[in-house]
Amino acid sequence: MIDIGSHLLVILPELIIAIMAMVVLLVDLYIKDSDRSFIYSLTQLSLLAAGIVTAGFGFQESRLAFNDMFVSDSLSLYLKSLSYVSLSIALIYSRNYLKQKKLWTGEFLSLTLFSLLGIMLMISSHHLLVIYMGLELLSLCLYSLVALHRDNLKASEAAIKYFILGALASGLLLYGMSMLYGFSGSLDISVIASSIAQNNIEPSLLIFGLVFIVVGIAFKLGAVPFHMWVPDVYQGAPLPVTMLISSVPKFAAVGMAVRLLYIGLDDISSDWQQMLLIMALLSMAIGNITAIAQTNIKRMLAYSTISHVGFILLGFMSGSINGVGSVLFYVACYVLMTLAAFGLLIAISTKDSDIELIDDLKGLNSRNSWAAGVLMITMLSMAGIPPTVGFYAKFSVLQSALNEGFVWSVVFSVLMALIGIYYYLRIIKIMYFDAPIKKTKIKVPGDMFFILSLNAGALVILGISPKILMSFATLSSFITLQ
Amino acid sequence: MMNNSILSLSIWTPILSGFLLLIFSKYISGKLTKSLPLFGGLISFFITVPLYQKFDLTSPHFQLQEFYHWIPLFNINYHLGVDGFSVPLILLTSLMTLIVIIFSNQSIKKNLLHYHAAFLIMSGLMIGVFSSLDAILYYVFWEAMLIPMFLIIGIWGGPNRVYATIKFFLYTVLGSLLMLVSFIYLYNVTGGFSVYDFYDAPLSLPVQLFIFFAFFMAFAVKIPMWPLHTWLPDAHVEAPTGGSVILAAIMLKLGGYSFIRFAMPIAPDATVFLKPILITLSLISIVYIALVALAQKDMKKLIAYSSISHMGFVTLGLFLLTPLGVEGGYIQMISHGFISAALFICVGILYDQMHTREISHYGGVVNKMPLLTAFAVFFAMANSGLPGTSGFVGEFMVIMAAAKENLLVASIASLTLIFGAAYSLWMIKRVFYGKVIHQSVNKLVDINSTQFFILSVLLFLTLALGIYPKFVSNLSNVSVEQFIQYMSVSKLPII
Repeated sequence: MIDIGSHLLVILPELIIAIMAMVVLLVDLYIKDSDRSFIYSLTQLSLLAAGIVTAGFGFQESRLAFNDMFVSDSLSLYLKSLSYVSLSIALIYSRNYLKQKKLWTGEFLSLTLFSLLGIMLMISSHHLLVIYMGLELLSLCLYSLVALHRDNLKASEAAIKYFILGALASGLLLYGMSMLYGFSGSLDISVIASSIAQNNIEPSLLIFGLVFIVVGIAFKLGAVPFHMWVPDVYQGAPLPVTMLISSVPKFAAVGMAVRLLYIGLDDISSDWQQMLLIMALLSMAIGNITAIAQTNIKRMLAYSTISHVGFILLGFMSGSINGVGSVLFYVACYVLMTLAAFGLLIAISTKDSDIELIDDLKGLNSRNSWAAGVLMITMLSMAGIPPTVGFYAKFSVLQSALNEGFVWSVVFSVLMALIGIYYYLRIIKIMYFDAPIKKTKIKVPGDMFFILSLNAGALVILGISPKILMSFATLSSFITLQ
Repeated sequence: MMNNSILSLSIWTPILSGFLLLIFSKYISGKLTKSLPLFGGLISFFITVPLYQKFDLTSPHFQLQEFYHWIPLFNINYHLGVDGFSVPLILLTSLMTLIVIIFSNQSIKKNLLHYHAAFLIMSGLMIGVFSSLDAILYYVFWEAMLIPMFLIIGIWGGPNRVYATIKFFLYTVLGSLLMLVSFIYLYNVTGGFSVYDFYDAPLSLPVQLFIFFAFFMAFAVKIPMWPLHTWLPDAHVEAPTGGSVILAAIMLKLGGYSFIRFAMPIAPDATVFLKPILITLSLISIVYIALVALAQKDMKKLIAYSSISHMGFVTLGLFLLTPLGVEGGYIQMISHGFISAALFICVGILYDQMHTREISHYGGVVNKMPLLTAFAVFFAMANSGLPGTSGFVGEFMVIMAAAKENLLVASIASLTLIFGAAYSLWMIKRVFYGKVIHQSVNKLVDINSTQFFILSVLLFLTLALGIYPKFVSNLSNVSVEQFIQYMSVSKLPII
């Protein structure tokens, strides 16, 4: 007799989000456009509720549910709670902008909630099918979010591009999964792991399957050479959607990678380490070097994301629990920085003109010195200059890679980071040293001012005292993987 | 002596006052924009003064230590402490910041408050570098310090400031990122970031060479040594006067200090192994750069090249690895802090009135500015190593040390006494003496009492160190011995 109650308890956060996503969708049909802040609050409340439930689980032994398809452990605790927080921040940033652009619809809110559900499924999956389901749920929501501004040619183009490439990547991943299933006779990740450990699978075939899995992960992360969609989608999508795509789904990609590589395919880690290493170094090189040439700020941030993904992969590549801890820390810092960067761009975009080009930031310091300060902190953090948190993010990744003896890769990545510093500095230069094109002052709405200040403040405070977040990340990787 | 918080106070008082000025900048106007930063600078200076008394001259150990856990996961601690190498430099830092604030109150017109705040914050960060005993703490201060300097040059600098400031930042970061890699490497070997652990860690020669190279990239850029010096003339020329003063008087010293604190004791065998190369590089810095200085048309550029040449003496002294050489190199660092700062202030005073630094635009300044001329001649003399001034002491000691080691090295190094005199005095001749050619020179007004005061203080210090160098060498003596001790013990693993 299965005790349904205990199973449901394990997926309670997912249930809340799923139900609320549908509630938001339904309620939206019956309210006027002007009352939409009600469902906005509803969305934030559901994030809060899911957060409380998830936090209530605490650090604990992993709990499996539904025939071991679903798992709730400290890794999922870490990634999920960060997902709630960052999604909530992203929604606060998006509200005013979307209202101005007349894109403030119920679809936006329910689609984000559904995408969060996908993210949570990916993070908590213990089964290849669940991973795939979560991935598809997330991706479909994101495709339609990119096309939110449906009269805009660029947005539609970006959505189509994203959809085609994304579908291809999902196909590759699915193919890899089917191979794993063929070898091991199971979709359960730990069963796959144990059948690999028993050594009764032909190695060359296994690696063949592994390649497809790695490609799927790399595509979702946006690592070179599977990065082509990133700049186009970033540029085409409306700013809040770009922010969304570049932030929260990274948690899912990291979660999926840990589940697949570290739990499922841990015994052939020497094989995927090489692949990840090459992708990591390429991502850093191409991301940083190409970013220099960009004139569009969204494209620049896209290439900057690619270079950050390179660092994330470098941490993964080390193959140690320590490395996973550093990746978990890095991805949290990265999302925090990315939110601040896009949040600020949204905040200073006016009704009729978006911040599109880097030159639009010229002389920002004289137009709004607070905004320039926030963006400066963010850029310094992305560049990894102490005392911002970006430094410790890079530090912990480099430490874990050096610990495994990858000295030259670390030196290479440090040199690439140096190239990266150049274009981050250029943003600071443009804001502080150049004369503004328009002289008008920029006003920022109160709630954004407050949250953005907190966000930028967090980059510095975490930079001065990274202890708590760092131990949280390390602890959850240890408890999950030991 | 544990948990005496004078070092923390020295670091955080200027930083905090800088941030307070920034936060309340909207509400501060009128005279307060000048007096409040001055007040902050005075407090920050007087807080560091007791260091001189509290410091125990006989102990070779790090003193006034403070220790708090910071990031236990990586065994990173907030660990401060000073020895005889750090104390004079800390005092120099707080003094120079005060001088810059007093001087800039008259010369900077744009965003004065922010300018002062940047200097105060930077001063605290530099003191942090001089007193950190934890590599990561050191690194954080070291990198954070770049941000205010980047903004100072970029916002208040000359026409080509953006190029100069980005070059400055990237050059420095290139080195320091490699340094970070070796710090992490050492952490993986020793399990901590404390310099004590680093000093004791046995390392094979290839590893030492790698680590030394990484450190070298960081510190040789900062000092700067030929051929990594090209950022300095640009940065100096474009920086506002205060920026140049701090850059020359303090920031260059960070490189020399860090060689003493990290690179050499951590990799002693590599240092000995590379000694011939390092000495050759120093000699090239001394002689070649002095010749380059001779050819300059811009006053600030000339002084910048002269700085590089003088810092060549510092590195030469350090890499000779004898007590006399190290002591001499160290005194040269302090002395150069006074002299170069004074020269940059002299040029700054001229620039504020004439808005040009081209030597050919001047001539006959003595007719209008006798007082400034007197100071400038004195400091130019000191710069070329006149006995009785501090410029002589350091150079003399280094040449002596070199002569004991190798007469050829000593004779090449002493060439600079000729070149130094040549470029310094020739510049003085062209700028201050001769007939008045340009009408604008006739409109010059001589220095006012504040400027007189600043230059007198520097003159006094230059003379004091020249006549009685013991007031610095007393502090550093024991630490020099300790340093030589570290350097003489091989760290190669015993096979």
